[in-house]
Amino acid sequence: MTDHPTLAFEVNGEARECNASPEMRLLDCLRYDFGLTGSKEGCGEGECGACTVLLDGQPVLSCLVPVGQCAGRRVETVEAIAEKDPELVERMTETGGIQCGACTPGIVVTLYSLRQANPEASREEIRRALAGNLCRCTGYEGIFRALEDGHG
Amino acid sequence: MAERCGSLLEACRRLATEPGLRPILGGTDLMVASPHERARQGRWLDLSCFDEMRGIAERGGSVWIGAATTFTALQADASIRRHFPALVAAASEVGGWQIQNRATLGGNVANASPAGDSLPVLAVLEAVVVLGSAAGDRLVERRVPYAGFHVGYRATALAPGEVILGFELPLPGPGLEQRFQKVGTRQAQAISKVVVALAGRCAGGRVQTLRLAAGSVAATPVRLRQAESAAVGLELAAAAEAAGSAARQETTPIDDVRSTAAYRSAVLGRVVRRLVLSLTPDSE
Repeated sequence: MTDHPTLAFEVNGEARECNASPEMRLLDCLRYDFGLTGSKEGCGEGECGACTVLLDGQPVLSCLVPVGQCAGRRVETVEAIAEKDPELVERMTETGGIQCGACTPGIVVTLYSLRQANPEASREEIRRALAGNLCRCTGYEGIFRALEDGHG
Repeated sequence: MAERCGSLLEACRRLATEPGLRPILGGTDLMVASPHERARQGRWLDLSCFDEMRGIAERGGSVWIGAATTFTALQADASIRRHFPALVAAASEVGGWQIQNRATLGGNVANASPAGDSLPVLAVLEAVVVLGSAAGDRLVERRVPYAGFHVGYRATALAPGEVILGFELPLPGPGLEQRFQKVGTRQAQAISKVVVALAGRCAGGRVQTLRLAAGSVAATPVRLRQAESAAVGLELAAAAEAAGSAARQETTPIDDVRSTAAYRSAVLGRVVRRLVLSLTPDSE
């Protein structure tokens, strides 16, 4: 048992509680407390984007979010997004937007969020949105097409 | 960071009386430390939900920007886009989208890295830093010109118990042009090797007003005052040359993990020259 206050927030549409230290990383809470292992730890220092989740609908790096700042807020992980938009995930495989897969959960979250904000994002807008998601396999071409092929 | 968040007055009192308590906003600098380092840094105090540190508003002759304003919010705000294009440019090149959604202007300034992207912009826009602290049961404000805020390497004018509430940016006069240039390992998501901001105007082909500042070339972000005075009054091409070479003279970059002193000095001179040269020769 700890003396930490219980943190209540919404994860993928469900009310959840976590009684870890408020300084714990949201990423660790998701993976170890809630078993949501879709979000990956690539670098752990805010460089790679593999741990991207949505916080109140905005993409953030869950390795840089102290879980204490999530109290009362809404978190969505790639698990929920893959259910909401299975076509995006399907297109990622069809276009070769996935190779080793380490960056894929973060990229799916960022692409989903971009399309929510801007349904017909241009190539340049997609590139800017993905500036914080590193992929070392694909050269990004398949990733761009996975979003563009779903336009209108 | 246990409480979320109580009152700002109480937060200032705790900061004044509990040494080692560190204020946190978006956490994008603080959270990079390993759990072990973070434990050693002491406890955090969450400042991210105080109304006194929020919002963007035109007030008289200046624009107020709350310390907790994120770089995403800066890019989206109509008043910032209209008056401070250099700040929009800096905000759109801090990290990537995910960082911009969390990182704040107040955090960037309080963290006081000499490489902070927004800092040279605040210097050339001659921002005023508005600080708050507790005096009895009142929150009192203190205003510090940005030029006096960074007092040494990672050292600021913040007194114990003081927090940055926000910034006042004087509205730029008519015809004042702004520029921002960051040089890093790649365009996005990389910490700067050199970062330069400019505010200035020409008349009749000559530089009339010029403010220049740079980051990653000294222990603090610096105004390039010798470059400014070397260039004012000269025709644009000569002014650009003079500013570029004076900028190299007055700065002391170092070798570190991101770059070398020689590279930084050469690039600083070129970026300053190009930015000055990009001014409209006659803004009348």
